[in-house]
Amino acid sequence: MITQTFKEFRFSCKVVLFILILVPLFLLFIDVINNDLGPDPAKAMAHITGDWAMRLLLVTLAISPLRKLTGTTEWIHYRRMLGLFTFFYASLHLLIYCFFLLGLEWRQLWADVFDRPYITVGFFAWMMLVPLAITSTKGWQRSLGKRWPQLHRCIFIALLFALLHLIWQVRSDLSEALVYGFIALFLLSFRSVKILSGFRRLSQYFSK
Amino acid sequence: MTIKTDILSSEITPEANYINRRKFISRSGQAAMGLCLPYKLALAKDAVEDADRRQMPLVYSAAEPPYWTNEKQAPFFDATSYNNFYEFGTDKSDPKRYASVMTISPWSVDVSGEVEKAGRYHLEDIIKPHALQERIYRLRCVEAWSMVIPWVGFPLADLLKRFLPTSRAKYVAFETLNRPSEMRGQRSRFGTIDWPYIEGLRIDEAMHPLTILAVGMYGKTLPNQNGAPLRLVVPWKYGFKSIKSITRIHLTEHQPATSWNLTAPNEYGFYSNVNPLVDHPRWSQATERRLPNSLFKPNRIKTLPFNGYAEQVASLYKGMDLTRYF
Repeated sequence: MITQTFKEFRFSCKVVLFILILVPLFLLFIDVINNDLGPDPAKAMAHITGDWAMRLLLVTLAISPLRKLTGTTEWIHYRRMLGLFTFFYASLHLLIYCFFLLGLEWRQLWADVFDRPYITVGFFAWMMLVPLAITSTKGWQRSLGKRWPQLHRCIFIALLFALLHLIWQVRSDLSEALVYGFIALFLLSFRSVKILSGFRRLSQYFSK
Repeated sequence: MTIKTDILSSEITPEANYINRRKFISRSGQAAMGLCLPYKLALAKDAVEDADRRQMPLVYSAAEPPYWTNEKQAPFFDATSYNNFYEFGTDKSDPKRYASVMTISPWSVDVSGEVEKAGRYHLEDIIKPHALQERIYRLRCVEAWSMVIPWVGFPLADLLKRFLPTSRAKYVAFETLNRPSEMRGQRSRFGTIDWPYIEGLRIDEAMHPLTILAVGMYGKTLPNQNGAPLRLVVPWKYGFKSIKSITRIHLTEHQPATSWNLTAPNEYGFYSNVNPLVDHPRWSQATERRLPNSLFKPNRIKTLPFNGYAEQVASLYKGMDLTRYF
């Protein structure tokens, strides 16, 4: 039985994690105030929030492998917060793009969507996260039942789109994109059995 | 020497006061935020700024049209801290952070190929015979941002003529310093550029009066991150054509290979003239963001054909299909 003290400990861990995840945003805020983001502050803000969305997405996906490696389910309690913060940073990233880079010139948005496919792909990645954020509550989890984990597999599509969004922008040095890509592959490798059986089921479904 | 300004000299803030004021504002801001930012390493940052101010002042004649524009110039700080110089890393802040280790003295330039006076020339011998001029040019990056920068240099044509090009000199090829020990970007394993960085111009482009070799900017010698001690500036072409830290000039009969064209031939052509009608395959070139901008003013402006220098250079490309020769 989980004791009251352990619950309190878990709660304080969550508070610490909550504050830690907000540190990059706080530092960004300081940079904005100090005018320390260089001659293209909007782009710098977009890069920083995008980077953190990507990192948090990977941390969120690291929870299941952590459970397997450590043999404890304790990690699961932190996953919702990590996922929601991923959505939070991704949404900030999108808002910064719309408000500051696009300057709310919606005609330019169309041009960007067509001329810069990486923007379209990035938008798809964010869209994939929307239903996951909405259905992250206990109520939705209960009412969706078995379908909830199925729906939440959308996160893998979001991951693929996000990686594509990153790689598509590379001009010459692939290092950063490769680091994220390798971490993603490593995290996916823990699920290889499930992914393969998923593919098998898909191919059976289509061959019928 | 004429100076185009309405500002009284008494109204100009001395540079040192300006810097101190900036430091004071930034320091007070940090103090107000609760002294919570050891990561900022304010001292280290100031050291970098001071290094930039070691640049030597130059003597030069002031720019005049068409080598001059009244558009707002980028502040020195921005033009020297937001750079593409992949030899030092792909982030815009990498060159400023890492270029200071590059040795620029002694420096020599190899001149070879279709010239009568080939040889290895010391930097001093390259520069000395030329009277330096200021050129205030728009610099348009292929990434769809731009800055206005006051360069100090001399026409490339004047230098090339000294080497007596032969009749077979149809192109000029340039090479950047190749020194992985001092250039961390050249040590990167996943870079797609083969070093050294190489660029090239057709001879008529090289001989055009707009084309200069710059030795300085903002009245002083070039900071390392901007391509010290000698760089090309071709204002009607995308920024990557304006090769930095030149160690070799080779005149040739055949069109030379260029680094970005070798890396992605469908994205970067040999000519790379600024052209709002020919998009980069991954983004539009119709507009650009003039830097510095601010959060609520993205400064998005229309890109002009040949970066606004069409009157001077469009005739060089008469009859050419610029969508094919992009």
